[in-house]
Amino acid sequence: MKLRRKIYMAAGYNTISLGTGRKEFNPRKERPGLEYYMSEAGKGTLAQIGGAENVDESVVGNFMAARFNKQGHLGSFMPMVDEGLKYKPSSRVEGACASGGLSLLSGIRSVLSETAEVVLSMGVEVQNTQKAIYGADVLAGAGWFQKRKAGQAYFFPGQFSDRAGAYGKKVGEDKARLAFATWFKNAIENARLCETAQEFHNTAPDLMALGMTKPNGKVFTDHLNVFDCSKVSDGASAIAILSEEGLSRCGIDKKDAVEVVGFGHAVADITQDPEDLTRLTTIEQAVKMAFDSAGITKDDLATAEVHDCFSVAGVLITEALGFAKEGEGADFVAAGNTARNGIIPLNTTGGLIGWGHPTGATGVHQAVTIWEQLTGKAGDAQISIPANKPYGMTINMGGDDKTVVAIVYKKVE
Amino acid sequence: MNYTEKLQHVSVLGAAGKMGSGILLLTAIEMTDLSLQPENKGKKFVLNAIDLSFEALQGLIEYVKVQALKAAEKKTVQLRKWYADRSDLIENGDIIQAYVEDVIRMIRPVTDMKAAYDSYLVFEAVNENKALKVKLFTDIDAHNPHQPWFLTNTSSVPIHEIDDEAKLNGRIMGVHFYNPPAIQRLVELIAANNTLTEVKEFATQFAKNLRKVIVHSNDYAGFIGNGHFMRDALHGIQQAEELMKNHSFTQAIYMVNKVSQDYLVRPMGIFQLIDYVGIDVVQFIMQVMNPHLPDENLHSELLDKLMASGVKGGQHADGSQKDGFFVYERGRIAKVYDLDSASYQPVDAIASAADAALGQFPQGGVAWKTILRNANKDQKLQDWFHSFKQMNDLGAKLALEYGKRSCEIGQKLVDDNVALAVEDVNTVMMTGFFHAYGPINDFFAS
Repeated sequence: MKLRRKIYMAAGYNTISLGTGRKEFNPRKERPGLEYYMSEAGKGTLAQIGGAENVDESVVGNFMAARFNKQGHLGSFMPMVDEGLKYKPSSRVEGACASGGLSLLSGIRSVLSETAEVVLSMGVEVQNTQKAIYGADVLAGAGWFQKRKAGQAYFFPGQFSDRAGAYGKKVGEDKARLAFATWFKNAIENARLCETAQEFHNTAPDLMALGMTKPNGKVFTDHLNVFDCSKVSDGASAIAILSEEGLSRCGIDKKDAVEVVGFGHAVADITQDPEDLTRLTTIEQAVKMAFDSAGITKDDLATAEVHDCFSVAGVLITEALGFAKEGEGADFVAAGNTARNGIIPLNTTGGLIGWGHPTGATGVHQAVTIWEQLTGKAGDAQISIPANKPYGMTINMGGDDKTVVAIVYKKVE
Repeated sequence: MNYTEKLQHVSVLGAAGKMGSGILLLTAIEMTDLSLQPENKGKKFVLNAIDLSFEALQGLIEYVKVQALKAAEKKTVQLRKWYADRSDLIENGDIIQAYVEDVIRMIRPVTDMKAAYDSYLVFEAVNENKALKVKLFTDIDAHNPHQPWFLTNTSSVPIHEIDDEAKLNGRIMGVHFYNPPAIQRLVELIAANNTLTEVKEFATQFAKNLRKVIVHSNDYAGFIGNGHFMRDALHGIQQAEELMKNHSFTQAIYMVNKVSQDYLVRPMGIFQLIDYVGIDVVQFIMQVMNPHLPDENLHSELLDKLMASGVKGGQHADGSQKDGFFVYERGRIAKVYDLDSASYQPVDAIASAADAALGQFPQGGVAWKTILRNANKDQKLQDWFHSFKQMNDLGAKLALEYGKRSCEIGQKLVDDNVALAVEDVNTVMMTGFFHAYGPINDFFAS
């Protein structure tokens, strides 16, 4: 399905991802709340598009503010961000950790349907309000509650530990572990290049050694160690979604924007277990839809932001994307092919493990990163975009491969 | 009677005290964990928390609540398995809350000693007073039909003496926790010559289950921990008294405290440590130990004088530090006690002259906090202390003398057969006193 109208993204903005690892983070001190993050990210984007008067509609992606912050009704916070948004449409969308991706899609659809020319798309999550052991209960809401009782204390790490265990059986445990550790190392090294990243201050001397830590099921999970996991994060990201008319209304040069050339959106039944623990089949579907609608293949990608909530997810996504054959993702990653100088640089500012994972914000953060890379605004984290590969992609996943949003972006010539 | 059965009816004496509350907490958690095992479902577990005042016991319950919550949050992975059959407990939050309630439910706060008459196991953490311990044990043993085992937290009284005087026939063992028991990982285990094998096995298993670092000490007054600390403290006092010939009282105290902390890379200076433990407690432990040491005089007139002036140190019920050698503000030394004028003087008024007297501080400072995690710790320390030997400054000389004496004290504990090995002395000081290095080392030898 080719898009019926030209769609652009521009004016991205990320707050820092706050949590353990950041020097500013002190669990005993009061921290900024939703209001702060939404304001900073929203104002950050509005300042680049000529202000709120140019915005037709806003959309907020958020997963669980209702539990993390005892706060619902996030759409109505947009006029707090800027009075100019008062009496304009705004809504909050939710699809677990793909809420940010849904925020982008909601904006894309509004512009496609010609009900808006400029949409302010935001994602936000503030999760450090609870200790991780209780936050795990909240995040478990991305799975089916009827399976919570049988689940692990750290529910999602438990789910993906099962995937990591199955994958280790399939390709060999040592090979799998080496790939997970390499994934972690790349994530941190990339995050060190991005000031807003949660791991920006990380100075650990031997990342591979940390990544190789043997998992301990007695205190955490059987097949994943803590370095395999994204951390608890607070943060928000925002970006503008615009038509051609929107671009000119906001006075944005096309070279400062990326074109959205295709997307895929797929869900699977939350009440069902994965058909195959070693495959992310919903991601496969969404990626296929996105490539088809954009009319490209994986070989046209210069980079991608992929949903590595856990290292094993990152490795499996290299297979879902088609860069490695089934069961060969581990070798592909361990060989350095996903590093910033590899065949396909993935997560160039650290991804969920390195940059951070404020759950509802992640999808938008991914779009901001691709926008930065394709427009040359990525600073120290900038990679070179080959002329024959002007495309980038984001893959945002909710739950255990249940809701997936994949979007293809193109550098504007 | 097996391990679990012994733990089905337990009494802790002095349960609301500084050490007793920690021991009660750890015991309550161990008993709760046992009660949650499938094979123990339906069995009854009772833990008497015995202390003199209900008010103190009320505070104890609050303490246990907070600590049990922390413990539960750390082992939720395990708890989910133990509570797997409770279909009403689904989220971590539900399970953690249930566990805290189970721990609290285990505890019976009582002020009547008679509660211990039904216990199989009695854990004693009352004052460091042999006569009191003997009196309590004798009374309980006379009225308790179960031939109970007695675990004592004494840090100085020889176990065999309590055993003899209370006529326990080996049903006793020293299990010496460090303050605070819930956090400090060290436990000294002390068997009397006739302690029953079963009691030894039980105590070892118990300490292991609590994930403590176990050091076995022989049954000599003061054991390893206080055997070192008391002599080390006396050395510090003597060094200060020597300095008082040329310096004021406050300057001397300040100087030795600084040398024993900053120069020797310890977490606290010696006088701060005495304040932390309590001047009264230190004096008391010396009194307990001294009669057992015919070749030494473990006694300090300086401490007697401080006590006579009402300067006692120790901690308030909330864990904050009382005034002793020093007054503390936000954990830092703010004032120094002057015995002559019986008043506190601001440390700022003392420091510059005292620092000048100590001379140049050695170059390339090694800080206690960072050295602990340093991969090259031993080499760094070696270089640091070696640099003292090249210096003529008073501070460096005092530090070398201090380090040498600490080493002698440690070695004496091995020579006197208090400690079974050099390693044990070093483990006690590094684990129980958080020293960055063991006292028995080659750093200070000339």
